[in-house]
Amino acid sequence: MAEKLGLKKGRANLEEFADTLQQLATADKNLVAVTSDSRGSGKLAPYGKALPKQIVEVGIAEQNLVGITAGLAACGKKAFGVSPSCFLTARSLEQIKNDVCYSNVPAVLVGISSGVSYGALGSTHHSLHDFAVLRAINNLTLIAPADNFETREAVKFAAAAKRPVFLRFGKAAMLDVIPAGTKFEAGQAITLREGKDVAFLASGETVIHALLAAAHLAEAGLSARVLSFHTIKPLDTAAVLAAGRECRAVVTVEEHMVHGGLGEAVAATLLAAGLAPRFKIVGLPDEDTVTGAQADIFRHYGISMEGLAETARGLLKT
Amino acid sequence: MTDQELTLKSFALRRRMLTLIHGAGAGHTGGGLSCLDILSLLYNRVLRITPETVDSPTRDRYVQSKGHCVEALYAVMADRGYFPDADLDTVCHYKSYYVGHPTRKIKGMEMNTGALGHGLPICLGMALAAKMDGDAFKVFTLLGDGELAEGSNWEAAMAAAHYKLDNLVAILDHNTLQITGHTKDVMSNEPLDEKWRAFGWEVRAVNGHDYAALTQAITTPHPGKPLFIIANTVKGKGVSFMENVGKWHHGVPSDAELAQALAELEAAEKKLKEAVA
Repeated sequence: MAEKLGLKKGRANLEEFADTLQQLATADKNLVAVTSDSRGSGKLAPYGKALPKQIVEVGIAEQNLVGITAGLAACGKKAFGVSPSCFLTARSLEQIKNDVCYSNVPAVLVGISSGVSYGALGSTHHSLHDFAVLRAINNLTLIAPADNFETREAVKFAAAAKRPVFLRFGKAAMLDVIPAGTKFEAGQAITLREGKDVAFLASGETVIHALLAAAHLAEAGLSARVLSFHTIKPLDTAAVLAAGRECRAVVTVEEHMVHGGLGEAVAATLLAAGLAPRFKIVGLPDEDTVTGAQADIFRHYGISMEGLAETARGLLKT
Repeated sequence: MTDQELTLKSFALRRRMLTLIHGAGAGHTGGGLSCLDILSLLYNRVLRITPETVDSPTRDRYVQSKGHCVEALYAVMADRGYFPDADLDTVCHYKSYYVGHPTRKIKGMEMNTGALGHGLPICLGMALAAKMDGDAFKVFTLLGDGELAEGSNWEAAMAAAHYKLDNLVAILDHNTLQITGHTKDVMSNEPLDEKWRAFGWEVRAVNGHDYAALTQAITTPHPGKPLFIIANTVKGKGVSFMENVGKWHHGVPSDAELAQALAELEAAEKKLKEAVA
């Protein structure tokens, strides 16, 4: 289906992030990356080699990483704290809450190898809680890009931001889902496909699967709207409400537990506006997550072209 | 400001701290009294900051890691003119910026603190920023005994020595008490000097109420190493019934207790003035 849609294969968002950061840092000596023995997994080894004075290694010490990043930002540095999302957002949650968000310093926190990118390594290395915990902290923009374009734009946005930003990147090579010439604006979802039967509101690396499912459903005569919700917070409520009003069913898709993520944010928005379309949150259920490659785990939980098309068909039947 | 002038000032600062805690109906009285002399020394003699230079990129930075003793800091900063003294009558009141821990909404406060174990990593980032830019400013933080049980301090201790941050000074308000009791009973942390030295810091231990000794400890260079000062202090210092009494950790004086404390401080001040004259 990807070939039919003419989608080109890009590379891992992590790689795009690292290159973009290096380009920005080369032009701006004030930009600093902070890593917790994670320059390998963060694809920042070339950055470190090219710009040794603009990288700070803190060792495996995530609380320290966030505090240092906040301190650098408070002293005028554009600091990017980079660490696996599972550790960064669990181990350092209080530092994110207080040192960065409450203190309101323009620090950027980058959760790498996010979601189930480390799928086979087990639940210690999965970050299925980060949307939930970070949504509950005020003064933080939370972005999970779908492809290399959104990644580039998100990094540029974060580098220019005057307030805290969290970015979330996975390891798998992505297809280019966002058409050339699209405008990226934090907090504004990108419409990839129009449709009236069902709306897929997806985030991050699940967007491609929603897009493929929409194309698959089209072959059966069903029209599916697809939006990339690259920004989880602030949520594009206008796009949510439009989907709720104009489509018969709404399906949210995310690489996150079904609790506390995009799906529940969308549900709350719809219900508060008195909208109750047929609705389903597709994510990781409240159970010990199966292990395997990211693609295996996605397939297992219905985050796939077939799985999402089946979910949509099921909702439209009821 | 001479040591004698600082000593005379300390009576007024202690009184102001106690009255503001009494007015707020909340506060950390014992620890505030133990660290007040350290704060007064920093703001009156050491830190290269004034109310006029709070936005200067090259100002020294002070981050109060033991944020729960903010009442002492409020008294010292108001005295130095960072904000009107009358503002302190609003401490902990509805919608006041003067909450029970430091916030950046108040002029001169560098970071929001209060949760323990945060100040040192933040200061490490600030000290690194100074090194990167070739700035000469120094970064200071005040830690508490109980706070040292937080592991983030030790992460930062390791990194600060690794980066040879000789522009970083951490002062421990070593009154040996925490909310549940003596630190040695709650979670022993001694020998602190050997531990910090082993982590690669320059370590100096002094009487935390002795301005001359503190000044020397803080200002003597420590090339290539961050500096850890063990300031031996007395919790509740200056008020007889509060000294070394655990319940004053965050005890709020009643009207009668406040009157007695103020009277004691006034008497001690008078006695000193007479001795000086």
